[in-house]
Amino acid sequence: MTGIAMPKPDGDVLARRAEIVRALRALVPGEGVIDAEVEMRAYETDALTAYRQLPLVVVLPETVEQVAAVLRYCHENEVKVVPRGAGTSLSGGALPVGDGVLLSMMKFNQVLDIDPDNRAVVVQPGVTNLGITRAVEHLGFYYAPDPSSQIACSIGGNIAENSGGVHCLKYGLTTNNVLGLEMVLVTGEVIRLGGKHLDSEGYDLLALMTGSEGLLGVVTEVTVRILQKPETARAALIGFPTSEDGGQCVADIIGAGIIPGGMEMMDELAINAAEDFVDAGYPREAGALLIVELDGPEAEVDHLLGEVEAIARRNKATSLRVSTSEEERLTFWAGRKAAFPAVGRISPDYLCMDGTIPRKALPDVLTRMRALGEKHGLRCANVFHAGDGNLHPLILYDANQPGQLEAAEAFGADILTLCVEFGGVLTGEHGVGIEKRDLMPEMFTEDDLKQQQRVKCAFDPKQLLNPGKVFPVLHRCAELGRMHVHKGQLPFPDIPRF
Amino acid sequence: MPDTFKPRTAEETRDAVQWASAEVQPLEVVGTGSKRALGRPVQAGHVLDLSALSGIELYEPAELVLTALAGTPLAEIEAALEAHDQELAFDPIDYGPLLGRPAGEGTVGGLVACNLAGSKRLKHGAARDHILGIEAVSGRGEIFKSGGRVVKNVTGYDLPRALTGSWGTLAVATKITLKVQPRAQTEATFVLTGPAGAEATAAMTAAMGSSAEVSAAAHLPAGIAARLADDGHPLADGPATLLRLEGFGPSVDYRFEALKTLLGGRGGVVRVDGDASRALWRAVRDVRPFVGADTLVWRVSVAPTAGATFLADLAETVAHEAYCDWSGGLVWVSIAGADPCANAVRDSVARVGGGHATLIRAPAPVRTSVPVFQPQAEPLAALSARLKAQFDPHGVLNPGRMGS
Ligand SMILES: Cc1cc2nc3c(=O)[nH]c(=O)nc-3n(C[C@H](O)[C@H](O)[C@@H](O)COP(=O)(O)OP(=O)(O)OC[C@H]3O[C@@H](n4cnc5c(N)ncnc54)[C@H](O)[C@@H]3O)c2cc1C
Ligand SMILES: Cc1cc2nc3c(=O)[nH]c(=O)nc-3n(C[C@H](O)[C@H](O)[C@H](O)COP(=O)(O)OP(=O)(O)OC[C@H]3O[C@@H](n4cnc5c(N)ncnc54)[C@H](O)[C@@H]3O)c2cc1C
Repeated sequence: MTGIAMPKPDGDVLARRAEIVRALRALVPGEGVIDAEVEMRAYETDALTAYRQLPLVVVLPETVEQVAAVLRYCHENEVKVVPRGAGTSLSGGALPVGDGVLLSMMKFNQVLDIDPDNRAVVVQPGVTNLGITRAVEHLGFYYAPDPSSQIACSIGGNIAENSGGVHCLKYGLTTNNVLGLEMVLVTGEVIRLGGKHLDSEGYDLLALMTGSEGLLGVVTEVTVRILQKPETARAALIGFPTSEDGGQCVADIIGAGIIPGGMEMMDELAINAAEDFVDAGYPREAGALLIVELDGPEAEVDHLLGEVEAIARRNKATSLRVSTSEEERLTFWAGRKAAFPAVGRISPDYLCMDGTIPRKALPDVLTRMRALGEKHGLRCANVFHAGDGNLHPLILYDANQPGQLEAAEAFGADILTLCVEFGGVLTGEHGVGIEKRDLMPEMFTEDDLKQQQRVKCAFDPKQLLNPGKVFPVLHRCAELGRMHVHKGQLPFPDIPRF
Repeated sequence: MPDTFKPRTAEETRDAVQWASAEVQPLEVVGTGSKRALGRPVQAGHVLDLSALSGIELYEPAELVLTALAGTPLAEIEAALEAHDQELAFDPIDYGPLLGRPAGEGTVGGLVACNLAGSKRLKHGAARDHILGIEAVSGRGEIFKSGGRVVKNVTGYDLPRALTGSWGTLAVATKITLKVQPRAQTEATFVLTGPAGAEATAAMTAAMGSSAEVSAAAHLPAGIAARLADDGHPLADGPATLLRLEGFGPSVDYRFEALKTLLGGRGGVVRVDGDASRALWRAVRDVRPFVGADTLVWRVSVAPTAGATFLADLAETVAHEAYCDWSGGLVWVSIAGADPCANAVRDSVARVGGGHATLIRAPAPVRTSVPVFQPQAEPLAALSARLKAQFDPHGVLNPGRMGS
């Protein structure tokens, strides 16, 4: 491990390991409890593979009652719990802790109810993102949020990370597409939020749960909204001399009132890596490549493609191709979708960053990023969700060269700080996890963070769920509860009163 | 006579709440007072009036983002957006006339506090789906911010959304950032005349399940359609199912024809265009059919296909008038007399698969004596109470507004 420290394991809990394992076996029978080191290896890391840690024990419950019983036991006995889906988190969100249970939800893999009349599907949290679409596509529907990891990642993990993908520009993130949840609180209590109706009642706990990174409760059932598949989708592949020109084109498309189904950009390094990998016919000489996809009724798509072409020409487009078949459209996307593995081929290792900026800041941020690359002596390939300002700089390094991982991490931290400086945020879709935890003060004041942690205290007063993630310093809930106010002094003579 | 504090800055707002918290002096949080007759009457000795905290701070049309101080009139925001052919896609309802007040009141703070949404919620979501960032003062008198000005953001818990719909009981918003949308170039309404009840629901379901991209779907039974016709809207007397199409001209025409093919066999088809369509939907959204009456009004949220069954179930026990929006998922129920029949309404909701019912219009004594908002199951209610206690440990913000 490098600079990011995890909380010190509790020696008392480690000493009680045998007893804890025995107790959990009584709650989850058969192969549902794994304590052999070789078998636990499969869980020691997520997709942020630079960090590894064996858990105390792995538990794979099959029923809500078992989840409740495990949580109740852990709560009563002060044992930490890390919920886990498919383990594709890129921010270390599902990294185990050495003195805690790793609670895998992957046996919850059933589609429970397909209700096309209400355009809703009820699934268990371990169903994959693509699994939902697969379950409804014969009816002409799909589930819109589409993280690139959609073949593998679970809907439970998507909720915890508020995942997004190419479609999110037009169709929203996970949070806009979830209608209801069943979840188990750390105390073992089961609650339901929302349902097939559109508004959930009372405080919007559904919103709090979405993006809560496994810190507030364990999701055991999910109701999502599904959409009718658009009649047509066509994509334009547009080359520009520079990322700045491409960025301006993006702004002009949105400014013209057009919200594409997806709008993605790649820089020169990424274009060439992708082209080497999949032969998508990308213009190698371009400084930036934009893929704009329009979806909807054919008449609308044709009309808007004409407008997009005109806007692109005004922005110095050097090449422009519009897909004429479904096959061609998929080829355009193939390179973008394979950009990460493609970059993996031109560098022994890479670190995938994830920050968001206001779109108009793109040219300035790119210029500054280039300077940062020189400072740290590393190259960086860029792929962006251009439509919503979400950057994924891929920092190329070689872990076998001493100091390069550290340099890559420092470069990454500088990039995220830069995003905040330009009015953006530390993470657009991968979550804070452990990766960006220590950068939270770059974006938030002490009071901002305290308020966040008080939300945690309402759900999990003993702070047993997914500790060490998201928050840089763990305050005890009792300490956060104190009020510091000066009583009695007659306040604010200046505020107008009536 | 209670004191009214009228802060001009976030810091003054903080000072007022900090004092209230230290002295345990409850505050009533007020924007313009447009929803004074909605929700539970607040028990507070002082008023915190946010109307001086007003003004659009940032509006970048090309970035689709707008930041305004919480007391900014919604009308000011809508005018600024209109000048750039943009809008709030969630189509916020104006409760004014329904509650016996003028139209066009309300602040952006109130909009977020009540999580407003209109007919287009079906496609575009509610205020909660469009809020990006918030700056607020907690009941502890601490200024905090959360979220930002970009659409993609998972940095920390989503407090902006969590505060949306909290009716000012968790924190006082001082600044709000919203996502805005381009306004549709054209629109038309597909009116299907004839089908009622389950048949109307089936028509709406078919339309919503097609690729016609319907942005709003409502059903008006005969008497209610007639009332809107009397108001000058192009409707005949008889049940009417309305489907709203928005977008680029050729696309709207194309989708209208697609709906005709899909639904034409089920009844008569009328096309309403442009401003007439917009006005019709405003009337549906703002509950125009029940404006001016002295009935009690419920707003019921159920699964879309459950709207008609809910009404049939309710009719067994309670005489009422009603119509549906959100493809059946939002039911406006009007009940004559002094008894809101809260248990009967909520029992019917439970029998058709769950959802919730909010008493929107009733005299204050009624709103004090029955739960205005849907009561929650035990562990959920306890969790909500713990959340309230974390934001506002002394209970000084709008006490009693959401529950007793
Ligand atoms: C003289 C007087 C009499 C009143 N009588 C009644 C009464 O009989 N019954 C009753 O229910 N209320 C009454 N109120 C309370 C007040 O009208 C409502 O609480 C509130 O809805 C008015 O705000 P508004 O119209 O701006 O509505 P909105 O601005 O639309 O606000 C509606 C809701 O949002 C909350 N809110 C508004 N701005 C913010 C913000 N910036 N941050 C957080 N929350 C916010 C309000 O507290 C309220 O819950 C009275 C107020 C006054 C001054
Ligand atoms: C190649 C690749 C591409 C990716 N592309 C994208 C992308 O385009 N967009 C995007 O948003 N992300 C992307 N990701 C990141 C990742 O796939 C998502 O964050 C995903 O949502 C994680 O789901 P998971 O099931 O793997 O969760 P895990 O990695 O197992 O866990 C992630 C977090 O969720 C929590 N969690 C999991 N299940 C539950 C549950 N049932 N209840 C409560 N908490 C739970 C965990 O505690 C942890 O904090 C990508 C990852 C990879 C490897």
